[in-house]
Amino acid sequence: MIFSLLTPFGGTGALRSCLLTPCDCLRLAILAAVVLIAPRAVAIDVDPAVLEAEAKRVAVIERASATAVAIFAGDSGGGSGVLVSPDGYALTNFHVVEPAGVAMTGGLSDGRLYDAVLVGLDPTGDVALVKLLGRDDFPFAVLADSDAVEQGDWCFAAGNPFLLATDLVPSISAGIVSGTHRYQFPAGTILEYADCIQVDAAINPGNSGGGLFDAAGRIIGVNGRASFEKRGRVNVGAGYAISSNQLRNFLGCLKGGRLCDHATLGATVASAADGRVVISDILESSDAWRRGLRIDDEIVSLAGRPVRTVNAFKNVLGTLPSGWQVPIVYRRNGRREEALVRLAGVHTQAELAAIVGRGAEPPDGPREDGTPRERGPGPGRKPGPARELPEAVRAVYEARPGFTNYHFNVVERDRVSRGIAAARGTAGKGPWVLEGKLDEGGEFRIEVSDSVAVIDLPTGTSELDTTGELDASPVPPGSGGMLAALVVWRRLVNDGPAAVGRTTYLGTAPVDPRQIDPAGGDLVDVLETAVAGIEARVAVDLRGQIVRVDLWTSPDADPCELRITPAKAGETAGLPQRFDVWRGAERFGTFLIDGGTLGGAAP
Amino acid sequence: MKKGAKKGGEKSVRNLFCELPWLAMPAKAVSTSPTWKRFLTPFVIPFLILLITGIAVAAEPSPQEVIAHAARKVVKLYGAGGLSSLEGYQSGILVAPDGRIITVASTVLDSDEIDCVLDDGRRFVAKLVGIDPRRELAVLQIEAADLPAFAVMPEDEPSPPGTRIIALSNMFGVAVGDERVTAQRGVVAARVPLEARRGAAEAPFRGSVYVLDCTTNNPGSPGGAVINARGRLIGMLGKELRSTDSGIWLNYALPASELVAGSEAILTGTVATTPAADAPRFDPRLLGAILMPDLLDRTPPFVESIAPASPAARAGLRPDDLVIAVGPRSVTTRAAVEQALGVLAPGDPVKMTVIRAGTLVEIDLGPRPRGATP
Repeated sequence: MIFSLLTPFGGTGALRSCLLTPCDCLRLAILAAVVLIAPRAVAIDVDPAVLEAEAKRVAVIERASATAVAIFAGDSGGGSGVLVSPDGYALTNFHVVEPAGVAMTGGLSDGRLYDAVLVGLDPTGDVALVKLLGRDDFPFAVLADSDAVEQGDWCFAAGNPFLLATDLVPSISAGIVSGTHRYQFPAGTILEYADCIQVDAAINPGNSGGGLFDAAGRIIGVNGRASFEKRGRVNVGAGYAISSNQLRNFLGCLKGGRLCDHATLGATVASAADGRVVISDILESSDAWRRGLRIDDEIVSLAGRPVRTVNAFKNVLGTLPSGWQVPIVYRRNGRREEALVRLAGVHTQAELAAIVGRGAEPPDGPREDGTPRERGPGPGRKPGPARELPEAVRAVYEARPGFTNYHFNVVERDRVSRGIAAARGTAGKGPWVLEGKLDEGGEFRIEVSDSVAVIDLPTGTSELDTTGELDASPVPPGSGGMLAALVVWRRLVNDGPAAVGRTTYLGTAPVDPRQIDPAGGDLVDVLETAVAGIEARVAVDLRGQIVRVDLWTSPDADPCELRITPAKAGETAGLPQRFDVWRGAERFGTFLIDGGTLGGAAP
Repeated sequence: MKKGAKKGGEKSVRNLFCELPWLAMPAKAVSTSPTWKRFLTPFVIPFLILLITGIAVAAEPSPQEVIAHAARKVVKLYGAGGLSSLEGYQSGILVAPDGRIITVASTVLDSDEIDCVLDDGRRFVAKLVGIDPRRELAVLQIEAADLPAFAVMPEDEPSPPGTRIIALSNMFGVAVGDERVTAQRGVVAARVPLEARRGAAEAPFRGSVYVLDCTTNNPGSPGGAVINARGRLIGMLGKELRSTDSGIWLNYALPASELVAGSEAILTGTVATTPAADAPRFDPRLLGAILMPDLLDRTPPFVESIAPASPAARAGLRPDDLVIAVGPRSVTTRAAVEQALGVLAPGDPVKMTVIRAGTLVEIDLGPRPRGATP
């Protein structure tokens, strides 16, 4: 044991060291003599539990190492990434890939370099998604539930600090979770670390974008930031990782090749003298205003999480994508109120494009090597002739305004299309007929064909010509456009998303915004459609069934929300069980379906 | 309840002894040699019993539980500062349920209102009870009751090098309101006399401190708690200091025994708060500056006369100048001037800020001579 302690200091070599005082040399000589005369083979019995834990730890780290990507951004430095799927999707930081532009190189611990392409960007959250090319069996790690992470949990980072991994094997630094739900301020409007995880595992320049793993080797975060002060840009015991739950919220949007934006309530909050978090200002154009929130209302909870401080409010909001609908609980004059609010984006698409074109300075940040970087072609800049894209990358890159890489939007839209087609099965393309009872009383009958949509309600009959513009009359009256929503639904199912107007993949959202699972177990795909004068967002569940259509006939008004309870599992192309139709906070109707057809049998 | 059950049992033991690499110490080794056996038996058998009972009844708290329990007793303090290298915040340790707090004596406390934020987010104004200038320890009091607090007592024996520790502090001011302070893990590296300085000034404390293998020397850390694996307070994170020898920032903690001695001295009034009775002094006459006679408790440091051809005369110090700062230290009394000069080492540059006819004047008196105590 003594011997093993001495070895790292160079054994007898240490005796030559000029740094040692004569007294130290004497001590070392005595120690060496003791070692030499001591029995050499001392059998050491280590508790099996210790050995077992050690073996487990070694195995976990080895598995996680295989998922670590050393990202090389050409002349402009690099950083780290972590693989999250066998087909090569890897998460990293916006500030790591930004200088690289569209194409970069990713190295794995197997010693091989892979071409990689930029897929999606989230500058506000400092997140980027890239895809390593050339394999469909990459090692990958799964995203854990970061809300289950506790202060004191053991964790480790795998990455490429100081770009040391010349053999592509990542450096591992271990530590504990120093704090959870931390808030680190943004630089301007981007690079905000909300609800992040603070660790004392060493996070250094170059660790940016690498995974933070729990004891089981699952990803609890992506490292990207550290507190530096008086000792230069090296670790001083406080690193920050973007939580896996935030990453999961944005993963769909990122996979869709988009320029993702974070959410805003359209209101600012402040601490009142008594500690309550109250609305200090609110935009009259915001959904929160339309739902009735006003200045001085106390925020009690947002998206199902309690809000006791301004930081807590920013922590919740900072993890949510633009466009999500979330529950908010507020208090006015002692009365508790609840509402569902639709969150707007922090930026306009033009602002985001400008940010991406301008580039990011690292947030307090582990920026790789600190040298000034030449900027490669980025999503905001056309890939110039200065740097030709590699052949493999060119095949999976398509520039389009508003997107990071439109190619991947088509990939995701086609994936959802296949799911819809599979759920449709062999149904024919005839008219859809749905009949049943209204929960509010009375009966209804709906018929949607290629030329017309008709609904019979106890209050009267409404009709929509489906060959022209769908925004002409939002019928039935008061619904905000329920018939148009049904028309969009039928077209998406019958024709496929690619054939309906301009339909793109938007990302994911919770299937039921009233009950959000922070661990993302309830996320479903969302398509965005602009067709015949209307805009719609359509949620598609894992079985390829459309579960919700939100339809706007005018961008400033509340949409018609058609919430669809699909057929029970196992009933392919079966009739939906019910519709819940809402507009704003008003329920238009509850439709309990007991008969009809979705196009009949195949011709 | 369910959560507690999950945390106990098998996991607690494995976490404490196995999963954390810094916990897997070779001390658990067993040898076949009889000498080793004699030495290890009293250790290994209790360990195995602990392991077995730990698995059975979860007697040992997990590190997560230890942290969660102890972090409630660490407070966030906000006071004077906010300038470039002088943070206006630090940490403090609750040492009595009635709201007594110990922290480091620093410029943060030079404020009429010291704000104290508890772990649960409650905010209090803390009163400065007193300062032990030698240990740079301060005692504060808030008006509260039934608070979670550490029992501060001298250790039976010092925690040896290799002792696992958790440092709890509000470093970098990361936690606000009801957010929990930062937890860092590390080990005791050594227990040695402190030889450190802050700027040019030697740290007044010369006793033994724990040197920690844990980067605790950060803004906001001073006053934080250092606990062992069982959650017992073994020390308090000290001021941001550099080693006198190497100039590197020191990660260290004032041991519990000093915390006890210091706070007892403050509470029994056996230490003078300002000026410190035992602080070294330097007579400004050795620079040629004769100050107003020290007749009052708080004689303002007016220059009465200047010795001809002295450093003070050459530097342009004049009679009737009021000295308000010596180097970075503000001074309000004649005694404070002597002290502020006393903490400088011979040869250190002496810079004074004086008020002359309503304006601030900087005076550079050159190197401090070796001097006698007034």
